[in-house]
Amino acid sequence: MNEKDTGSTVNGNNDISMSTPSDKPIYILAIETSCDETSVAIVRDGHAVLSNMISSQIDVHRRFGGVVPEIASRKHVETITVMIEQAIEEAAISLEDVSAIAVTQGPGLVGALLVGIVAAKSLAMALNIPLIGTHHIAGHIYANQLTAKIEYPCMALVVSGGHTELVHIESEGQFKLIGRTRDDAVGEAYDKVARAANLPYPGGPHIDKLAFEADEVVQMPRSWLEADSYDFSFSGLKSAVLNVVNQSKMKGNEPNYSAIARGFQESVIDVLVGKAMRAVKEYDAKQLLLCGGVAANKGLRAELTARCEAEGVPLLVPPMEYCTDNAAMIGAAGYLKWKQQQFTSLDFNAHPTFSLEGW
Amino acid sequence: MQSVEMTYISNSEADTVKLAEHLAKKCRPGAVIALDGDLGAGKTRFSQAFAKALGVNEVVNSPTFTIIKEYEGSEMPFYHMDVYRVGMAEADELGLDEYFYGDGVTIVEWSSIITPLLPPQYLHLFIQYEGEQSRTMRLTAYGEPFATQLNEIKWRGI
Repeated sequence: MNEKDTGSTVNGNNDISMSTPSDKPIYILAIETSCDETSVAIVRDGHAVLSNMISSQIDVHRRFGGVVPEIASRKHVETITVMIEQAIEEAAISLEDVSAIAVTQGPGLVGALLVGIVAAKSLAMALNIPLIGTHHIAGHIYANQLTAKIEYPCMALVVSGGHTELVHIESEGQFKLIGRTRDDAVGEAYDKVARAANLPYPGGPHIDKLAFEADEVVQMPRSWLEADSYDFSFSGLKSAVLNVVNQSKMKGNEPNYSAIARGFQESVIDVLVGKAMRAVKEYDAKQLLLCGGVAANKGLRAELTARCEAEGVPLLVPPMEYCTDNAAMIGAAGYLKWKQQQFTSLDFNAHPTFSLEGW
Repeated sequence: MQSVEMTYISNSEADTVKLAEHLAKKCRPGAVIALDGDLGAGKTRFSQAFAKALGVNEVVNSPTFTIIKEYEGSEMPFYHMDVYRVGMAEADELGLDEYFYGDGVTIVEWSSIITPLLPPQYLHLFIQYEGEQSRTMRLTAYGEPFATQLNEIKWRGI
């Protein structure tokens, strides 16, 4: 845990043998193990996904007698090799065709990250090809590159279980974090409100559905913070929801969960959309990129779509399989470093607090 | 093992911050503070004030999804955990001892889920919601140096 160095960056022309004529396809084998998911993908030329194996979405039960990979490192270890094999098989290439290995270096849970990193280092060493340590959030943002063309400068709204961030991208790979959550991430806020309503984990889809079906709404506060701030705060909203639930219970009534969910969701969406659109204007962004697992939220997508249409700003949203944690997005982001021939040395470490701007 | 208990009444967020600051300033590397209390009780708020007093300048936000977040404080590292999402068996595989016996100070939210995995010496803090502003904090010190610290607080106040 004390080893916070990111490993030195090796710039081109090292002793790794490479020939990269421009017409030769570049295959990146990408690995993502920053939290719950074990995922391996093959991405050609930074945008064409040939395979994208995600542990929770494929049937590993049969092969492993019921072990569903989750947070613990051991579970990533049990799955990673078979994920690599399947990714290669589905992409219909051979390991020798792979040009480079990209792997999530951080942020994330150190034990989980290490599994992917050790696998990546071993592969890079065995195949004698470059290694690219990649930033998890850069991956979420460049997931958009898998299905669309990103135009600069642009703004990214990253909303997931663990992240809520507004990122300004001046030019390719140049990130500036202009806003972040000061307490709960959007996904966490949804899960906690779902907990209060006795809904199963993860709570996001349940709250989204309840809110959609509601014919009443309990008004909730909006947390705008300081007038010029792009930061977010959802803990006050969480407390407001808990107050309403507790007050109903104290009066002996069953809380009107769908009306509460609607009020909560409206507050979240108002603030997310309001701040994102203000950032788009202030930074003259040519596009707004929505990314992260919460991009699945129907209410959020609908409102952002409407506002972007009204303002004439193209909205990019990757298909859902590239919104939740996946390795294809790491292949897309890793390709940025490939183009610069910026590789990571084999002695680099997991970086649980990796900064996006420093990547 | 010697355990010492005390109750601290917090009538405002400022009172909570005062307690967090006091405890943070007494912490040495390897200190573990275990937090419990319902959703919205203020566990993360307490952790933020505690981190600030340790000299953490970054934004300290919720570790619920990530489970463990690490920060550099001016004096020592700060490890912020939330074990709600993991069961005992999984937590056991997270290698928590490396943090508990490491160079920094650890706060564990929802600690009662993993009580058997906590080190023998730690400070437990249960935050009880009383009203919008007020909380009752029940502190229990297991072993030293926390037992002595709590006795000092009981004697001299904060």
